[in-house]
This record gives sequence, structure tokens and C-alpha cells, in this order.
Amino acid sequence: MPQFATPTASAGNEGADAIARIVAAKRDMPGALLPILHEIQDRHGFIPDDAVPTIARALNLSRAEVHGVITFYHHFRQQPAGRHVVQVCRAEACQSVGAEALAAHACKALRCDFHETTPDGQFTLEPVYCLGQCATGPAMTIGEKLYARVDAQRFDKLIDALRDDAEVRA
Amino acid sequence: MTTTIFVPRDSTALALGADEVAQAIAREAARRGDDVRIVRNGSRGMFWLEPLVEVRTDAGRVAYGPVTEDDVAALFDADFLAGGAHPLAHGPTDEMPFLKNQERLTFARVGITDPLSLDDYIAHEGFAGLTRALSMTPAQIVQEVLDSGLRGRGGAAFPTGIKWKTVLAAQAPVKYIVCNADEGDSGTFSDRMVMEDDPFMLIEGMTIAGLAVGAEAGYIYTRSEYPHAIAATEAAIEIATQAGWLGDNIRGSGRRFRLEVRKGAGAYVCGEETALLESLEGKRGVVRAKPPLPALKGLFGQPTVINNVISLATVPVILARGAAFYQNYGMGRSRGTLPFQLAGNIRQGGLVEKAFGITLRQLMIDFGGGTRSGRAIRAVQVGGPLGAYLPEARFDTPIDYEAYAAFGAVVGHGGIVVFDETVDMAKMARYAMHFCAIESCGKCTPCRIGSTRGVEVIDRIIAGDEPVKHVALVRDLCDTMLAGSLCAMGGMTPYPVLSALNEFPEDFGLSAKPAKAA
Repeated sequence: MPQFATPTASAGNEGADAIARIVAAKRDMPGALLPILHEIQDRHGFIPDDAVPTIARALNLSRAEVHGVITFYHHFRQQPAGRHVVQVCRAEACQSVGAEALAAHACKALRCDFHETTPDGQFTLEPVYCLGQCATGPAMTIGEKLYARVDAQRFDKLIDALRDDAEVRA
Repeated sequence: MTTTIFVPRDSTALALGADEVAQAIAREAARRGDDVRIVRNGSRGMFWLEPLVEVRTDAGRVAYGPVTEDDVAALFDADFLAGGAHPLAHGPTDEMPFLKNQERLTFARVGITDPLSLDDYIAHEGFAGLTRALSMTPAQIVQEVLDSGLRGRGGAAFPTGIKWKTVLAAQAPVKYIVCNADEGDSGTFSDRMVMEDDPFMLIEGMTIAGLAVGAEAGYIYTRSEYPHAIAATEAAIEIATQAGWLGDNIRGSGRRFRLEVRKGAGAYVCGEETALLESLEGKRGVVRAKPPLPALKGLFGQPTVINNVISLATVPVILARGAAFYQNYGMGRSRGTLPFQLAGNIRQGGLVEKAFGITLRQLMIDFGGGTRSGRAIRAVQVGGPLGAYLPEARFDTPIDYEAYAAFGAVVGHGGIVVFDETVDMAKMARYAMHFCAIESCGKCTPCRIGSTRGVEVIDRIIAGDEPVKHVALVRDLCDTMLAGSLCAMGGMTPYPVLSALNEFPEDFGLSAKPAKAA
């Protein structure tokens, strides 16, 4: 689905203030745009559309330039992700030890494709091209946590632990 | 008496449960009343044994691994604190053949020290190179690096000293040192290990580079996929600054150098030096046309040294031991050592630093122990996603930059990805094009469009649709990409594709290559 068809992702009033503070704190760094975008995404989970004019004004850039940078880099997202972001490495070293089978299993187990979020909003599945764990593949991350030598069984165990956790908290 | 136990903090060890093991050891020691001190060291680079726990005994450090949480109680029962026998025991770490047979110059400290202990670093020859550099003129430092024969370890193998000489000679009020730590090649992790496991070494190398060319500011551009490396490097910068090894007056010399880590955002092409500079400047990572060279007009238009992590991390040992010491290793025009990374389908994967001249077979069999799956090795990709796939006929060629270039291969950053006989080389060729399509910066047409067309045509070949005709088309396309792309992304994607076609034609529905006498 093209991105312009999705509803505008806004940061809300409180978010807008926080974004303005991040921009103000970093605008004078040399090459400030990436550090600003990283901090916004780290705090909010994504780059809200209404952050773009704020950033553009502060850095004396056009909104198109800011938008161009956000969309160039795979890491930046314009929509909130699921509660847990699952990244499965699909690069060569992991492929040589079964990463494609793991990727197929991940889609089946989560019932969503890569670049998609599960309908319950729990998991977003993403490909990643190398986590630097190339001697102990297949590698993956869930949120910040890194896992090596992952097979289908281990994948299910890790994911199910989070599902249970979610139910307990709900 | 306090017993020192080492549990690595390297991210591979963490991915295999090192934190849980360290906690279990602390718990078990407390329960038994044993007095232990747990040091979170770097990794020795024997990743199949991680988490590799070491204990300091009267006979030196002894190794146990791979240790899981569940093994901990049994290790205490076996008196591992005194080096006791246990099925996971490997004896003295330094005597293990995988380590003993290496020539670790750049990685001399890695795995031995606590990465964030300045005392450890200095006790193991740390800052000896910088201390010597502080007493030298910039031209002398540059000459030392030139004489060492060090060439860029990022992949292009350009002589580091010549780059530095160009920046030194450039007249400008501001110059920069940029470390290319955008290690995106699959099968490589040596940059990551330096940043996580011995970050002071990178800081020292960059500071020496600053002294050599007259730069007072440096940036380490690394990947958002490397959070542990970022955290360790930032912590090390803070510690080094506090101790006066960085900052406005380095160890009272009146010389100044400051460092900052900058995070990429998941764009492989930013490993290309000009795209990296664009990204550092806050722009899309689009490749620049050269000239001008970054050495003359680089970051923010100023003269810039841009070197790979391993190049910069090798500078301290060159300055500490002298150019001749380093130059003495290697073969031909490839001087010194390369930290090879054994990856993919390999039984004993990890970091093997050896002088140039070693062969793939020695690396994969003598060090690596063959495939993890136990099947025969069929193809090996050397030098990352843009490197050629090599068949067994190449396994005995001594590795040096020129020898590899002679048959259309690259040593690159020293990543070695092993595939067993189940690999489908047509799929790997398709993947190479697919990866290029995902990661192309889009500036030049051969790369942007060629990669997508490449995927489509290889899909037809895989489907058995007129393979002979379509293979000719792929070759033609590769020719255009090779000759017409602006940078190595499009210009080298044909290497894996063509090598797969040339060496493994049967996977493309063509007749097999005739067996020829070696």
C-alpha cells in the first residue's frame, strides 16, 4: 500500500513540544539532521509527519529535503511499529546456515510478511542485512536484544515468551 | 584469595547468553562463599565457543566453553576456579591451536583485556604508539605509516600513508579524520570487535592520524545495527577524555583532538566513502563523483582522512613497534596482517589474524575445521556482498590483494563466507542483484536500474526460460554495471554474479564447466 494512503502520523501536542526541544538542543551540531532524526525516533518510536516542518525550519532546509533523508534510510520509520520489532538477518552468511528457512518460518509464525505488523500490533517483522554475528548465524534481534544461532524452535520460544508476557500485562 | 573470572561482553557472546552466564557465576559463587571477581573482557574471537569463560590460575588463563547458565554449577563442582577438569575445559587459552597459530598484531589485546579499562590498555602496550607520535613531526608520522606498507583495510587497499600525505599537504584551516565504521558486509565483524572489545585502540589510531595531518576533530561513523559497539566506543571516548588522552591538551602536549561517534541509519551504500561523508553532513547517502578526492575536499568541503576501522586500529602498533616490524609480515605488495573473519557455514567461526599469504584452505580447514553442517564446501564468498564466489580451485592461492585482483576477486575487508554443497548459486546471484536494488543510492542508472533488471532476468533463468539467451543478457548487463557505475556498489555487484555464472553454470541450467587439470 502506498504510504500516502495511510493516515497522517502525528506526534500530538506533548510530542510536538518534545520534538521542538530535541531540535533546539541539536540544531547547531555539524550535520545535525541524522542525530535529530535518531533522537526523535528513539523517543517516539517513529518520525511523526508534523516533525518535518519543525526540523526543516530549524536547519534551514526545505521540507522535501528532510522528507528525502527520512525516506532514504531504511532505519527511519514514518509510522509507529508494533510493540516488538523483530529483525531477521537475511544476508549471505546467515543464508548459508538456514536464514531463509528461518525467515519463512517467521512469516508463518507471526502471520505477517516482512515490513508488516501483526494485526494485534504486537510484532513488526523486518529484514536486516547483517548484525555482525556472521560466525554464529542465523542472527536476529527482538527490540534491543540480540540472538545468535536461531532456529525455528528457538524463534517460537522467544516470540511466545513475549506473547505470554503481553497477556499477563493486559 | 580472589579468583578472577572472565566472561566476554562482546555482542556475539551476549547473543549466546553471556550476561546470563555471568549472573549465574556471581550467584553460584555467592552461594558457595567463593571470592571471585568477574571481568567482562572482549571476545577472543572463537565464536563457536562463546560464551567462553576464562579463569585466571597460577598456570595462566584457562578456558571453558561454550558455557550455558545450566553448566555453571557443574563447573564449580569441577573446581574450575582452580582450572579443574570438565568436559567444557580447553586448557590454557593461549595454547589453543586456533589462537596460538595466529599472528595477532592489530588484535593483540582483543579478548585479553577489559575493553573499558584504561589500566588494562596501558599495561598491554596501549598508547605506546601515541606517546611516540607526540614526539614526532607530522611528516615523520606519515613516513612511518607509508614505510609500513599499510593499505586500506576497508576493501579498496589504497596505501594509507599516501592518503595521509595528501591531507597533510593540503592547506586548510580545518581538517577531519573520519573513521569508516559502517561495516555492512555480511561475513565481517572485525570492525565491530575493535569497537566493542578494544575501543581505545581505535581512539589511539585516530588521534595519531590527527597529529599526522593536522586535524583536531574526528568522527566515527558506524551502524545503527551495532548498538553495543556504539555504547562501548562512546564510553571509551569519555574515559580517554577524562584521562587526558583526548581533548584540548593531550597528555600535556598542547595538541588537541576530539572525537564523536555518529550513527548511520541502515544504508549499506554509506560504507562508500563519499556517501558516508554526505550522510555525516546530514544528507541522503548519495555517492559523490570523484574528483575532488575526499583528501582534498571531504567532510564539509575540508581535507579529510577517511579510513576503515582496521586501518586506523593498526596504526598504534606500527608507531609503537616501528614500520619495519609491521612491514616484515605479508607477501608481495600486501604487507602486514589481515584480521580474517571466518563466517557462514563454518564449524569454528571467528577472527583469525594472519599475515597475507595464507590460503583459504588453511583458513577454512586448519582454523575453521570445515563446514558446520559437515558437508563439503562448495563456494566461498570473499570480501563481502560485492566479492566473487570462489570454487575449490582457488582455495590454495596465497591471499594477497594483487593475486585476487588477477582473477576478478577481492580480498576486501577479509570476510570469508563459507557455503556447503546445498547452496544454489543461481539464487545467490539473484540475491546479489536484489541486494544492490535494495541498497543502491539511485544516483547512477546502471546500478539503480541494472540491479532490478538483473533480478528479473535471473528469475527467468531460474524458471528455465531460455537460459542460454538470458545468461548472455545478464553478462551484457554486468558489463554495463561494471564499466558504467559511479561507485563499487553497482560496479562490483557483477563480481558475485559473474563468478557464480562462470564457476557454477550448472546451477543456471547450463552445461557444467568442464573439469580441467589444476
